[in-house]
Amino acid sequence: MPGTATSAASRTATSAATRTRVPAAPARALGAAAERLEGLDKVTGAARYATELAHTPPDCAYAWPVPATVASGRVTAVDTAAALALPGTLAVLTPDTAPRLGEPDDPNLAVLQHHTVPHRGWYVALAVAETLPDARAAAAAVHVTYAAEPHDVTLTPDHPGAYEPQEANGGHPARRERGDAAAAFAAAPVHVDATYRIPPLHNHPMEPHAAYARWDGDHLTVYDSSQGAGPVHAVLARLFGLRRDQVTVVSQHVGGGFGSKGTPRPHVVLAAMAARHTGRPVKLALPRGHLAAVVGHRAPTLHRVRLGAERDGTLTSVSHEVTTHTSRIREFVEQAAVPARVMYASPHSLTTHRAVPLDVPTPSWMRAPGEAPGMYALESAMDELAGALGLDPVELRVRNDPATDPDSGLPFSSRHLVECLREGARLFGWADRDPRPAVRREGTLLTGTGVAAATYPVLLSPSTATVTALHDGGYAVAVNATDIGTGARTVLAQIAADALGVALDSVRIDIGSTRLPRAPLAGGSSGTASWGWAVHAACTRLTERLARHAGPLPVEGLTASADTTEEAGRTPPFARHAFGAHFAEVQVDTVTGEVRVRRLLGVYAAGRILNPRTARSQFIGGMTMGLGMALTEHSTMDPAFGDFAEHDLASYHVPSHADVPSAPDIDAYWVEEEDPHLNPMGSKGIGEIGIVGTPAAIGNAVHHATGIRFRELPLTPDRVLPALA
Amino acid sequence: MSASHAAPAQAPTRSRVTLQVNGSPRTLTVDHRATLLDVLREDLGLTGAKKGCDHGQCGACTVLVDGRRANSCLLLAVAQDGTEIITVEGLAAGGELHPVQQAFLDRDAYQCGYCTPGQLCSAVGLFAEAAAGHPSYVTDPTRPSGQGPVELTAEEIRERMSGNLCRCGAYPNIVAAVEDVTR
Amino acid sequence: MKPYAYVRARSVEEATAAHAARPGARYLAGGTNLVDLMKHGVETPETLVDVSRLPLDGIEELPDGALRIGATVRNSDLAAHPLVRDRHPVLSQALLAGASGQLRNIATTGGNLLQRTRCPYFQDTAKPCNKREPGTGCGARDGIHRDHAVLGHSPHCIATNPSDMAVALAALDATVHLYGPGGERTVPVTDFHRLPGDHPERDTVLEPGELITAVMLPARTAGLPSAYRKARDRASYAFALASVAAVLDVDDAGAVRHVGLAFGGLAHRPWRARLAETALLGAPPTEHAIAHAVDAELGLAQPLRDNAFKVPLARNLACRVLSELARR
Repeated sequence: MPGTATSAASRTATSAATRTRVPAAPARALGAAAERLEGLDKVTGAARYATELAHTPPDCAYAWPVPATVASGRVTAVDTAAALALPGTLAVLTPDTAPRLGEPDDPNLAVLQHHTVPHRGWYVALAVAETLPDARAAAAAVHVTYAAEPHDVTLTPDHPGAYEPQEANGGHPARRERGDAAAAFAAAPVHVDATYRIPPLHNHPMEPHAAYARWDGDHLTVYDSSQGAGPVHAVLARLFGLRRDQVTVVSQHVGGGFGSKGTPRPHVVLAAMAARHTGRPVKLALPRGHLAAVVGHRAPTLHRVRLGAERDGTLTSVSHEVTTHTSRIREFVEQAAVPARVMYASPHSLTTHRAVPLDVPTPSWMRAPGEAPGMYALESAMDELAGALGLDPVELRVRNDPATDPDSGLPFSSRHLVECLREGARLFGWADRDPRPAVRREGTLLTGTGVAAATYPVLLSPSTATVTALHDGGYAVAVNATDIGTGARTVLAQIAADALGVALDSVRIDIGSTRLPRAPLAGGSSGTASWGWAVHAACTRLTERLARHAGPLPVEGLTASADTTEEAGRTPPFARHAFGAHFAEVQVDTVTGEVRVRRLLGVYAAGRILNPRTARSQFIGGMTMGLGMALTEHSTMDPAFGDFAEHDLASYHVPSHADVPSAPDIDAYWVEEEDPHLNPMGSKGIGEIGIVGTPAAIGNAVHHATGIRFRELPLTPDRVLPALA
Repeated sequence: MSASHAAPAQAPTRSRVTLQVNGSPRTLTVDHRATLLDVLREDLGLTGAKKGCDHGQCGACTVLVDGRRANSCLLLAVAQDGTEIITVEGLAAGGELHPVQQAFLDRDAYQCGYCTPGQLCSAVGLFAEAAAGHPSYVTDPTRPSGQGPVELTAEEIRERMSGNLCRCGAYPNIVAAVEDVTR
Repeated sequence: MKPYAYVRARSVEEATAAHAARPGARYLAGGTNLVDLMKHGVETPETLVDVSRLPLDGIEELPDGALRIGATVRNSDLAAHPLVRDRHPVLSQALLAGASGQLRNIATTGGNLLQRTRCPYFQDTAKPCNKREPGTGCGARDGIHRDHAVLGHSPHCIATNPSDMAVALAALDATVHLYGPGGERTVPVTDFHRLPGDHPERDTVLEPGELITAVMLPARTAGLPSAYRKARDRASYAFALASVAAVLDVDDAGAVRHVGLAFGGLAHRPWRARLAETALLGAPPTEHAIAHAVDAELGLAQPLRDNAFKVPLARNLACRVLSELARR
């Protein structure tokens, strides 16, 4: 049977021959639970985020954007007189007066460049003033007149505007077919045919998007809250018609992003514009209430999943059809049917995406785009199938673990889902589980347990890095990586220390600025692999150079650089994915319909874990966001006004402390996985997989508790209580 | 400042206030509209207190005002004249980290770090509240008053820290760190 | 926010005089809701009269056993006060169910009573709202209203009162003490908040310039078994979907001698359940009697398209809390 410990081990053993390299020095730092290098700064308030200057220049101005109050139409007039008459107002930029920019790839960045309003909340003016209160007051005093058009913001499964795009996000083909899924489904003795709905969701990082911009002559310096200073740099240069050396972007500390800061967002363009227009440094921090409309969201997804199986649980047909929305100005299609291509062996498969363009903000990445919603649907359906078969849901997944990637036919570089499921079941006490639903009652509470699998692809981007051997015996690593809370600084220093064969504390690391060697953004769980490979290569080269070097170091030290463009461009003959298993125990209050998570466990196979301390934190963090997706988070598109009703943190409920179990009732583990087909560190990305299986595990646990199958998230009392009646 | 019964034609919209910030008197003229948070961050350069929502819905701006934790984004600076403010920058005394700061480091109780100052100030505030015997929503309601400090179980800590959101999901580590200090 | 004047009052008289002298004046206490609404542009004061330092921060037991709570007593101090915890646990629990530790340290008793609805249409000045701007319509009625009222709403407004504390005060027969240009007066808390009717812009019966000086808890409900339960979307730091405050006294014969029942999250004001109380008084509080009484009250409910779940939710909560109190 594929997927057992034995066969997995042998797969690893046979592929070990193709190992790219063996570390030069015995590993010491990697794998150690090193503390975050910036920890002291973060617990003392010394860590400064985008607009947080130790000394704000006395001439610094503050900008405050004005959002559109219609969902579709055109700006016909912007009356700035009242705003300009207020004390402290410096300027009001409008589509008529704002500096003209170059054409952006992302139409969402063409702010104040035209009069069209593609969605409610689109920025139609920008007030700039001496102080924050002045800026807020000036923005409120701007009077905008519109020629409003009828709008349509409501996603329905049979929307006449639905179309099948070429590709879904991530470059995945929108449609994949193997065999004849419909015929195999019809012929299968056991079926599940179910629809699931996931509402729009919002990233809501704790730090709202913010930027500080300053022009020194023709040089633009921006401090931006971004997941990648590099993309911001490229976009600003293009928009403002500058050479690359005329722009500097710094993203030193970033208060979370979860995808919403992956590419430049309108605030940074506005800040640079305002600074140019007024000739003053400008701070622009978006109000929390604007974020729902202007920095992206996870699009709502409607899922139809059809599973056909033999009576022994062997899948014969897997179909996952997804309908989602996108905006009128930019196609973004949540790739929610993609994980069904890789998860389970089935001779017949159909996976499709359809998109409906609506007068809504452009959706964007939110932690595990595609996988998070897609796996909620697929793993809920697998649980339904297990119930229909009378088969343990862990066993059902084990039974359908494929030997090779069902979609590409390629071998997996490593796949230890079965080990995750088995180890998770052991740690969770799954063997003692009574599979019958709705039989565990404690007073007014029903309790239950559930399981779901998780997957996330291995992604990689080209990066450069340099490392310098210094006179004082230290090593300075430079790479324009971004630490959005992942621990990137720390793990890159660990990679460098091992590649150099030196102690961790002799490595200094500089990240988060476009003055540093070019590097990709923090996204797609690919940062450590992408930056780390370049750091590793530079350190390896430096080690070789130092070995050849005779005599004292030159004054400037000895530097080596690396560029992994070639390595990253290779397409290895393997399917490369991380896998995991999530287990949840819930209680459902039959009085109120309130669902709370009692226990949550994740077990992962994600290559080599480079820093168990920060890895565990990231895994649990992803699980916590998954808990929110399952139980508390949703945005509601208001059909009448065309905006998300939840525009603050009082109405958009991210989980609070009280929602999340504490240790030992929540934890993350991993199985040792040696995969030589990844990168020199042997790591897979870990930032997103934690969210992937959690919602389905919780939903399946709620079914086990109540006997009721909910197919729409989140599981709030308005949904749960009526079903319990 | 006192009220005069006749409204002046042009009432001032700014006032001079003195705040004791992290032990030092800071006298400045503030716009009446300015919140304590904005004065700390923009006028005093103390950017430890964070602006996550500006509406009292996230707790990132939590500081201690006269020893009690409070959302500085909802406090008008002018109304705080004469109060003692402790921000995250003032938690460490004499170069020694506050035990809860050290516990956060030990437990990896932060990721992006943006909610961290608020979590820390909130924890310091709740220690005092629990020591004073203040109940929480999860404290046994039949527990009579006057029984001394409330024992800070994990459940108590979770409830009492719930005014501090963390989107990275560092909650279990934060609770562990706070528990460490109570032991 | 336009610039505004600020005066700090040293006495109640000074405060009301300052308020009367300045058009567009608003009292500022904790500010947790006022400052929030000023940032939204919903409140646009020309002067703030700061009453937060008035000598109204005491909790005092009167000779008859009543409890006088000063208007500027902070929510956290009120919840922790020994007399409140021991004699009026429902009030302590309700306060602790609301907001967060740091907000309760700021928010005052008077301010809590005056907090305004969290209806998103009310908070968004670009949308119609009869409460914020009479005559503009109600965006919520046909819009997003899962969180809105099921009881006592009007065609003009379906907003709910967000307070937890006020629900407990309603069940406790508390009174609100006011001081204003017309002198002092006292209003039962159940009459203090209004139903929206034709004038949703008026949340309360407070007259212009009037200031809340105290809340009085009567002796007759002191020491009776009482409890507060709240259902919400997340485990803490969230407004109520529905909540229940109950006070129940059963005599030696097992019959209900006194009952105070109030719902939160269901109406424009804390909803005192008089019908249910009448049905329960004088008879044993059996499960059946409780359910019958609660159903009688909730028979008044007129749920909207998306909030019908609040009716069984409130019913379950009330039955549960009353049954638990009956067993004490």
